[in-house]
Amino acid sequence: MLYIKCPWCGERDETEYHYGGEAHIARPENPDELTDAEWAEYVFMRTNTKGVHRERWVHSDGCRRWFNVARNTVTNEIVAVYKAGEKLDLPDATAPVKAAAKASAKSPAPSEAKKPARKTAADKKEGA
Amino acid sequence: MTEKFRTSQGTRVDRSKVINFTFNGKAYRGAEGDTLASALVANGVHLVGRSFKTHRPRGILTCGSEEPNAIIQLETGPRSEPNLRATQIELYEGLIAKSVNCWPSVNFDVLAVNGLASRLFVAGFYYKTFMDPKSMWMTVYEPMIRRMAGLGVLPREKDPDTYDHMNEFCEVMVIGAGPAGLAAALAAGKSGARVVLCDEQVEFGGSLLNSKEIIDGRPALEWVASAVAELEAMDNVRLLKRANAFGYYDHNYITVHERRTDHFGPGAKPELARHRVWHFRAKQVVLATGSHERPLVFADNDRPGIMLAASGQAYANRYGALPGKRGVVFTNNDSAYKVAIDLVDAGMAIPLVVDLREVADGELPNTARQKGIEVVTGAGIVATEGRKRLKAIEIAQISSDGEKITGAKRRIECDTILMSGGWNPAVHLFSQSIGKLRYDEEKACFLPNISSQKERTVGACKGTFDLQSALEEGMTAGALAAQDSGFGKGKAPAAPKAVVVAEKPLKAIWVVPTDHPVGQGPRKHFVDYQHDVTAADIMLAAREGMHSVEHMKRFTTTGMATDQGKLSNVNGLAILSAQLGKAIPQVGTTTFRPPYTPVTFGALAGRGINGDLADPVRRTPMYSWHLEHGATFEPVGQWQRAWYYPKAGEDMHAAVTRESKALRDGVGILDASTLGKIDIQGKDAAQFLNMIYTNAWLKLPVGSCRYGFMLKEDGMVFDDGVTSRLGENHFHMTTTTGGAAGVLDWLEEYLQTEWPDLEVYCTSVTEEWSTLSIGGPKARALMEELAPEMDFSNEAFPFMTWREGEVAGVPARVFRISFTGDLSYEINVRNWHGLHMWEKCMELGAKYDITPYGTETMHVLRAEKGFVIIGQDTDGTQTPQDLGMDWIIAKSKSDFIGRRSFVREDTKRPDRKQLVGLMTENPKEVLTEGAQLTYERVNPTPAPMVGHVTSAYWSPNLDHSIAMAMVKDGHNRMGQWIYAHDRGKVTKVKIVSPVFYDQKGERRDG
Ligand SMILES: [Zn+2]
Repeated sequence: MLYIKCPWCGERDETEYHYGGEAHIARPENPDELTDAEWAEYVFMRTNTKGVHRERWVHSDGCRRWFNVARNTVTNEIVAVYKAGEKLDLPDATAPVKAAAKASAKSPAPSEAKKPARKTAADKKEGA
Repeated sequence: MTEKFRTSQGTRVDRSKVINFTFNGKAYRGAEGDTLASALVANGVHLVGRSFKTHRPRGILTCGSEEPNAIIQLETGPRSEPNLRATQIELYEGLIAKSVNCWPSVNFDVLAVNGLASRLFVAGFYYKTFMDPKSMWMTVYEPMIRRMAGLGVLPREKDPDTYDHMNEFCEVMVIGAGPAGLAAALAAGKSGARVVLCDEQVEFGGSLLNSKEIIDGRPALEWVASAVAELEAMDNVRLLKRANAFGYYDHNYITVHERRTDHFGPGAKPELARHRVWHFRAKQVVLATGSHERPLVFADNDRPGIMLAASGQAYANRYGALPGKRGVVFTNNDSAYKVAIDLVDAGMAIPLVVDLREVADGELPNTARQKGIEVVTGAGIVATEGRKRLKAIEIAQISSDGEKITGAKRRIECDTILMSGGWNPAVHLFSQSIGKLRYDEEKACFLPNISSQKERTVGACKGTFDLQSALEEGMTAGALAAQDSGFGKGKAPAAPKAVVVAEKPLKAIWVVPTDHPVGQGPRKHFVDYQHDVTAADIMLAAREGMHSVEHMKRFTTTGMATDQGKLSNVNGLAILSAQLGKAIPQVGTTTFRPPYTPVTFGALAGRGINGDLADPVRRTPMYSWHLEHGATFEPVGQWQRAWYYPKAGEDMHAAVTRESKALRDGVGILDASTLGKIDIQGKDAAQFLNMIYTNAWLKLPVGSCRYGFMLKEDGMVFDDGVTSRLGENHFHMTTTTGGAAGVLDWLEEYLQTEWPDLEVYCTSVTEEWSTLSIGGPKARALMEELAPEMDFSNEAFPFMTWREGEVAGVPARVFRISFTGDLSYEINVRNWHGLHMWEKCMELGAKYDITPYGTETMHVLRAEKGFVIIGQDTDGTQTPQDLGMDWIIAKSKSDFIGRRSFVREDTKRPDRKQLVGLMTENPKEVLTEGAQLTYERVNPTPAPMVGHVTSAYWSPNLDHSIAMAMVKDGHNRMGQWIYAHDRGKVTKVKIVSPVFYDQKGERRDG
């Protein structure tokens, strides 16, 4: 059973929380403009990371706040916990998300242009 | 017979305190401090059970929790417990024990005759012998295996004992109180950190309890006593004896099973919880779990009298119980020479040590020689004799590669073999912590390599077998663990000085040869004693293609008995590797999983053993009324809902028929308080609802209600309910009873992560409001009496609106919504008024013959109208269109959750499974929910399944059975006949509209 530090309540057992899947997948603002494949990418496709994974949790039996956790999927070590809308920079070796973002920034393929940005609306508001 | 093998030298038993006990129906005497196993050894009893498959006689093999043979049914009656290890049962006056695995008795076992069972249970027997037919499994094979295997008997009575759980935090958790663990606890304790030290044994000391080591110039047990005294004096240290750490989970979450009263005898301390499960969160963990001696795999190595060497030493030194009269030590390493020396000193005849190594010239072998013990090197035991007790052995020189016998056999009479195949560090908890192991060639064992959690291993568990190094490692690890958790400076206290005798390396010969090739001839080389797996079985598994250790385990069942392969895993793996011609690390090791030792269900259940505390039970304020009026209850999630209210002589069918008709003809009342309710406020509330529901919400007037579907982004319905506008920026949402918590999490997810700009606040108010649904043609008349101030006319209070007012003298919200199709009002009052309102409704409704109805009638009535129940008629794969509810989708909206998925190729397919009604050809026949549907009566195999029945009832108001179903292309097949299948029975059914009753909706307005 994981031991997770809610940014508002502190450390609690995993049983107080619910898992919310991969973090930083923003809902597209204009779904009608996406192709089926692009929409499917948003709805169904996730990274299945081996290593540090950014994911969402909600403190269901506590403050009911959603927040982000960076967890190593191999060891379950929690590298960081941060609030929705906050940014987290990790050392390169443990940040596949960041590495992927860099790669796409270098050469944005035309077909990727409409792909949902891997940022939440909250990121947009507070982070960027 | 009185303790013929007892000496005066046992350090931990008090012979002056006699304890009487019964084993397999015979009375014996033991001494205070004995385990059941040591008392049996003292009485010369070694035959303690029969093996699992072949029913060979088996003896006590070990002295600890790794015991595979001495498996016991303890006591009788409600406190009887199966599958306990005799080596861990502390003796108490009047103890009654018997072997589990023999029938009719341990001395005469029917199934052992002619090796009947032996030929049946070859490797992979589960898959080969019992292949077909499948029905034979339940009726013939499984009962046969159970009878043959024994497996113990569970008491039928209620468990009379109490159990509890404790949750605690600590800085440093030390598991294992041998020399390394004691040292670690001392070092950590001195730092002031909160320290927990737990050990599975009766007292602390670990291996020092069994041996004759010297520490600081004194017997080691004196150092143990002073260390324990020092720890007991520290307020920051918690000491747990008889406490098995059985699980090591994520983030240093450790579970410990403490046996608190078993040693007093059954029921002797009713005021105490019998077992306790501790849940620790530790900042740092020190694993000092020691090691298990490894058996040698040689011909017929399972006869009673064959024992692990250090266990024999423990019985002699600790309990003063000699393992036999005349023993031979069989070893591949130096440690067993200590055993030979101690046993000779204790008065047992040890004429011979047989050593697999060509040379044995270390200090210990030389000391043994000086004691007059003959040492034969480069040799092995190649045969044994004796059925219920070892009688003699044959030894021979063997080739240096261990493949074959090279010299003449020599026969020696003896009643005991003390064997040592080296040591396996007890890496189970380390492995559970996801630590990575590595194979050490020199020590021929797996050692902890890379930690995955905040943990350190010390002592024998780390492969550090010499006492001085173990003590030093413990001190260092304890100090560092404390420092890493914020206590002390990490400086280790000086370790005490132990006398260390250097030992020479072992030589691993994984299968000792005999006069036939392994697997041929009559002799068997056992690897897993408890599951009767032999070396030949493992070789067969390899030949049949089980090249992975995980496949081999499952095929042969090696390591899958209650001992979890503590003794067999490494031997099995080594034999598999040799057969495959690979190095051991290439074949890998298996992952150890909790529990390390078996844990009783009672301990796991804790105070919830009787069920009433296992899960919270939720009841509405009207529960007491339902109970007093004879309601039966149905659990819906954690809620207890009234199911139906049978009158005298009524069965469920009769009661539901009466209730269903009563509502349609007069007035009925339902306790609907369990509906999920969420209060939604904020200036953007309407805009938010517009995104999370499929229909339009912006223009809903204050005072109105609307039924809505919530979808996930894949376009599938996941909850439904009626939401009402209480004010411009204030809504009252209802959800399904079971979906309430999930909906709230989901609303918050979108609000907090997608649309943090929206100003919306959600509050669960499920328990704040009691909801009473009054329905039926006479509902209006009753409402008018309940609330004379309010206007219930259709004009003033139309369908899908709500009004606030005083009802039965208390403030209420009344919603005109209907889940039955009839005129209906839902009265919501604060929960403390719930019972009052219910009683008032019953009182004023008496003249209308008001009828309380439960969830079953509610289901029937809504099915008559074709209203879906989310989670019954849906399973997360239905769009609103599949349910025939296109009308609920607002065409005007450009976006809402799930909308984009409607035009996905798979979602817009016209031939998806769709909701329809079914009518049986025979009106009396009620279909089975879950029955599969086909278009044709006769079908090829496999039949093309086109759907299934989701709801099916007898409809008293239609005098006909009705059903709802999901049918492929169902909307285009109205009027067609299809077929429902229920365990061989085929029923012809007609596809119809799911609205069976009042299709024009004329009853809604009363
Ligand atoms: Zn919280």
